[in-house]
Amino acid sequence: MQTAKKKSGGSKAVKWILIGISFVFIFLMLVLPLITVITEALKQGWQVYIEAVADEYTVKAILLTIEATVFAVAINTIFGLFAAWALTKFRFKGKKLLGTLIDLPVTVSPIIAGLIFVLTFGRQSPIYPLLEQLDIKIVFAVPGIIIATVFVTFPFISRELIPVLEAQGSDEEEAAALMGAKGFTIFRKITFPHIKWAFLYGVVLCAARAMGEFGAVSVLSGHLRGKTNTLPLHVEILFNEFKYVPAFAVASILVIMAVIILIVKSVAEYIGKRESENVR
Amino acid sequence: MKRATKRVIPGFGLSMGVTLSILSLVVLIPLASLVVFTANMDFGDVIATITRKRVLAGFEVSILTALIASLINAVMGVVLAWVLVRYDFPLKRIIDGMIELPFALPTAVAGIALTSLTADTGLIGGFFDKLGIKIAYTRIGIIIALVFIGIPFVVRAVQPVLEKLDGSYEEAALVMGASRTRIFWKVIFPEIRPAVFTGFGLAFGRCLGEYGSVVFIAGNQPYETEIVPLIIMSELQEYDYSSATAIALVMLAISFIILFGVNLIQMRNAKILKGGR
Repeated sequence: MQTAKKKSGGSKAVKWILIGISFVFIFLMLVLPLITVITEALKQGWQVYIEAVADEYTVKAILLTIEATVFAVAINTIFGLFAAWALTKFRFKGKKLLGTLIDLPVTVSPIIAGLIFVLTFGRQSPIYPLLEQLDIKIVFAVPGIIIATVFVTFPFISRELIPVLEAQGSDEEEAAALMGAKGFTIFRKITFPHIKWAFLYGVVLCAARAMGEFGAVSVLSGHLRGKTNTLPLHVEILFNEFKYVPAFAVASILVIMAVIILIVKSVAEYIGKRESENVR
Repeated sequence: MKRATKRVIPGFGLSMGVTLSILSLVVLIPLASLVVFTANMDFGDVIATITRKRVLAGFEVSILTALIASLINAVMGVVLAWVLVRYDFPLKRIIDGMIELPFALPTAVAGIALTSLTADTGLIGGFFDKLGIKIAYTRIGIIIALVFIGIPFVVRAVQPVLEKLDGSYEEAALVMGASRTRIFWKVIFPEIRPAVFTGFGLAFGRCLGEYGSVVFIAGNQPYETEIVPLIIMSELQEYDYSSATAIALVMLAISFIILFGVNLIQMRNAKILKGGR
């Protein structure tokens, strides 16, 4: 394998040309935009930057973004763990269909996701009179933002867990069950240690997408500053008002979070891979 | 639910119950409301809405830009996957980690960053402006934003296949005197082709629905740079839910066709991988 690898690598010139193309592409498409955000944010110095970040509306947007992200991660964690358990430890009819339905939210355009919730809870919905009587506001309010965020990140955790659990099989769990272990004990002592890195990876991906969701949230938010503005929506408003420095300053918060997420993800993936190799 | 005589592992009822309840609340009921709303719409109105000139132009812009961007990503995805699997070079781990940046970076942030880079006053835009090419606020700008969004799909689809590829065929071909280009096209490419198609399909689907990164860079001129998701958005802002839904249904139909195609390829691919030729 090692020799084949070296031979098939082709001539040195081809190698360095391809590496060169990759570097240029990655630099132009990925690195340069990141640098732009930082330089634009600091264009007028730290003073202006800190002012933009500490702005009352920015802080409120951060808090709302955190709220939506926490809800999305919590609900999708519960769902992901149970769904992965149901889909990998048992045989039943309609498994494929269930899997497809779980994946559905990410295949839908975020705008359409928003539209679906407007139709469900909006003014023309059959349940709108009921919601009004109970004084529950969903569209153009915080609950709408939360539910849209949950929707667009729905399969993120289960999708990471299912392949790992499938590869692992269920012999160990069966043995434990036959020996009389309770369901939760089996999960805690046998299943979870196998999936912990995949789980962390899923949580990180879910959080990243939840923080950054724009389209679906934009449909449901109504853009009320200080009330229903998440960080990405706040960036949009500032940018459209030609307040570029504050827009990029707020965006830089999201860039920092994205970089942290990528690092955590790489580490989780690396350790997870090494551990599964050790087991084999 | 019958007592699980065959099911040794406990928790089927509970885990299925929780799964189905959350699925119903978050996905099924909202989808059902879309179906109900659609059922009450007049078919003639739907046709009238989706054949409006502006809507058709939107579909043209969306499909064309998504197609070109996904093709670029298919080529660059294979190059990147190849480089990351076959070669050793400095900064390799960092490059590998960066591939997923488009998943981690909020699309709105990508949108404003790319816009300011490619506007006339920006670093890249300024350069091309001297050559007479405008990027931001044209279809080229949309394509750039979509290339950014689609980078990870092909790379992450092709990478594992290349890693698992058996080197002995290549070696045999090399020993028999085949040129390297020929080996790539005759030995390696047929193996990774399904993965390239899968990645291409996923990227294409994602690009069609993309909103956040495109709205900033597109300029959003009707007939020229107005994408379908944006048309739906403006219908929603005017509270014209019927038109929005009609256009959304066409989008949904297209993405289901793409998804179906991807699944078909993946199933054939799995057969090849498992069945052994």
